[in-house]
Amino acid sequence: MGSNVKTGYEPMTSIDAITAGLGEVGYISTREISTAVFLALGLRKPILIEGPAGVGKTDLAQSLSRWLDLPTLRLQCYEGLDEGKALYEWKYGKQLLYTQILKEKLSELIGDADNLSASLGKLSSFEDLFFSEQFLESRPLLTAMQQDRGSVLLIDEIDKSDEEFEAFLLEVLSDYQVTVPEIGTITAKVPPLVILTSNNVRELGDALKRRCLHLYIGFPDHERERAIVRARVPDVETQLLSQLVSFVQSVRDADIKKRPSISETVDWAKTLLLLHANALDEKFVRETLNVLLKHESDIATIKPKLGLMVREAVGTDAKGRKASGYPDIS
Amino acid sequence: MERALTNFIRALRSSEVRVSTGEALDAARTVALVGYGDRPLLKSSLACVLAKSPDEKDVHDKLFDLFFARQSHSSSSQTDDSNAEDKESAASAESLVELLESGDDTAIAMAIEQAAEQSGLDDIRFSTQVAYYSQQIIKQMGGEGLQQKLLGALQAHTPEGEAEAGKLIEMRRDLTMKARERAQQSFEVFGRGETQQFRDEFASTKPLSSFEMADMDRMRALIQKIAKRLAVKHSRRRSKRNRGQLDIRRTMRANAGLDGVPFNVAWRQKKKDKPKIVAICDVSGSVSRYVRFLLMLLNSLNDVVPDIHSFAFSARLGPVDQWFDEMTFEKAMGKIIHEYGLGSTSYGQSFSDLHMNHMGLIDRRTTIIILGDGRNNYGDPRTDLLQEFAARAKQLVWLTPEGYSLWGTGDSELPKYYPYCTQMSPVSTLRDLERAVDVILSAYA
Repeated sequence: MGSNVKTGYEPMTSIDAITAGLGEVGYISTREISTAVFLALGLRKPILIEGPAGVGKTDLAQSLSRWLDLPTLRLQCYEGLDEGKALYEWKYGKQLLYTQILKEKLSELIGDADNLSASLGKLSSFEDLFFSEQFLESRPLLTAMQQDRGSVLLIDEIDKSDEEFEAFLLEVLSDYQVTVPEIGTITAKVPPLVILTSNNVRELGDALKRRCLHLYIGFPDHERERAIVRARVPDVETQLLSQLVSFVQSVRDADIKKRPSISETVDWAKTLLLLHANALDEKFVRETLNVLLKHESDIATIKPKLGLMVREAVGTDAKGRKASGYPDIS
Repeated sequence: MERALTNFIRALRSSEVRVSTGEALDAARTVALVGYGDRPLLKSSLACVLAKSPDEKDVHDKLFDLFFARQSHSSSSQTDDSNAEDKESAASAESLVELLESGDDTAIAMAIEQAAEQSGLDDIRFSTQVAYYSQQIIKQMGGEGLQQKLLGALQAHTPEGEAEAGKLIEMRRDLTMKARERAQQSFEVFGRGETQQFRDEFASTKPLSSFEMADMDRMRALIQKIAKRLAVKHSRRRSKRNRGQLDIRRTMRANAGLDGVPFNVAWRQKKKDKPKIVAICDVSGSVSRYVRFLLMLLNSLNDVVPDIHSFAFSARLGPVDQWFDEMTFEKAMGKIIHEYGLGSTSYGQSFSDLHMNHMGLIDRRTTIIILGDGRNNYGDPRTDLLQEFAARAKQLVWLTPEGYSLWGTGDSELPKYYPYCTQMSPVSTLRDLERAVDVILSAYA
């Protein structure tokens, strides 16, 4: 970073600073995540985040922008996404409107030219007017390049886009510049912090992978998940928190189609809170299982083992207050 | 330390982690950024830069531990490096004995490290070279002198000489073990990947019929690899092309806001078919071995071809997919052979079973793969049914374990079936199988 240019990335001085800063805005980072962010800044490379849905891939980008107080430019990828939607588009309507309005003015201007080539010459001198930045509708990629203090550019679910689009991204991601044929090359004043996420719908190309730092965010361990739920649902009691996290972790080990991710744990914690549960018991779990599991067959798999799993989850409570408080339904 | 990084990258490459020059430069910049001091930090940083998938990350982490565990020996006492070098250059028997006698493990490890570098240990490729390189290391350290001394002590024929010799033998054994350990470690880092590649290369051209059950694990890994390769190639979204007929309705809708002036033109697009495969496998006697590989490959291709229906037959034909869902692959294979593998092969009967019960599966986007030798025990070949299948399906591919020269010999009906097949080819190695499936999937591109 050039020290004379004031960028929004300045708080990111060290890996610990990043972990702490993300913690402030409620994102519980790990060493791997912070390292990747730190390197992304140091090496000027985008981060490609892979991992199951709902483990906080998108959230990382949003938390970064909240912490650094930078704009987030989000580009949601889908099949058929093209340059026009991602980079820029000409404001055709406005161009058309202006030509209509200026029609008379134009004929006036051209009027004094006595032959065709002279009027053409006159006309071509105005042409650039209509293809200038005034008529340029900038889309997320271009907008990200134009930020003065830098920005967080989130390219979400890149695996859903077409291959052509992936190839098109290469220029943007390696040089932080975009080329608009009519205007020229626009280079980012301060390169954005780029975060790409992928759910592995398809294998990404090697060229793209080579340009990115690779970060895999998997399901969190017990401690981190507790910290995350604590940050998201501050009202939840410590005892319930540790029990419900234990339960979710054991559900993840079971043989099911869609394993619950952090977002589901958080939803579930909120649900239990609404029901005024202060400890896990089988009845509550049975009634709210559909918050955690999204497939009928998964619910069917878990239900028979529910009693045992709940008791185990309750048993792992470190405080040892297991037997007294709640009835042991099995 | 730059050298360490280059070597580490080489080790990664030999373990099939593709590291481009650009990434190597990034790695160097990363090291400059985070330094060598904090190993866990360096590990996660390099993993970020060099590994591009969870699999590669595993390989990276394992290699990192192996590699830098060794490196720590040479760097831990870098301060007295010059000192050590002096000692090394005068690698006489005396200093070696002294060194070994001192029992200073760090010094010994350093000396071994130095000798290893001098003997070019990092070039190790195969496990059979371990012994050679450990000898080289000992030689570098002055092992010949030690040998001389030992002989001298033995020839003295005195009790002191005997004692001395005993001590020296002990030392030599100790040193040999350490050198071997060191060479083995280097092999793990640099050689294992390449050996694996060599074996895979060999296995993919080995006749499928000669695989033993003991090779199954390797085969499974290899088939996974092939499946991945095919998946990468064919899971590419089929690109829509901007040409064809003008789609007037969509064009008008798209430009309604622009006063109907057609700035954005929409074209009619043809939807690409998704592959659908119906695999029909002869599981009698000799062919059953091949079936295993085809089914394994098809089952691994789930991502690209979600729509696979497999059938097995010898006398009668029946679906087998449900077993793959219910049990492990090996168990399912056993069950298939048990259920369908008995009885004399009848292609005619099996075709008519398929025709009767499962004709609905065959439509214009289906590829029918028949794996079998076409030996029909002189029964009615029912080419009429095959003709009907071929007419209805997108393509009909016949894979046979027998070479061209055997087609039509004895009870083989292959020449009769040949005219109805889009493709009929012998499959005897994994490579053939990969090529055949590649061709099949390419038809959907």
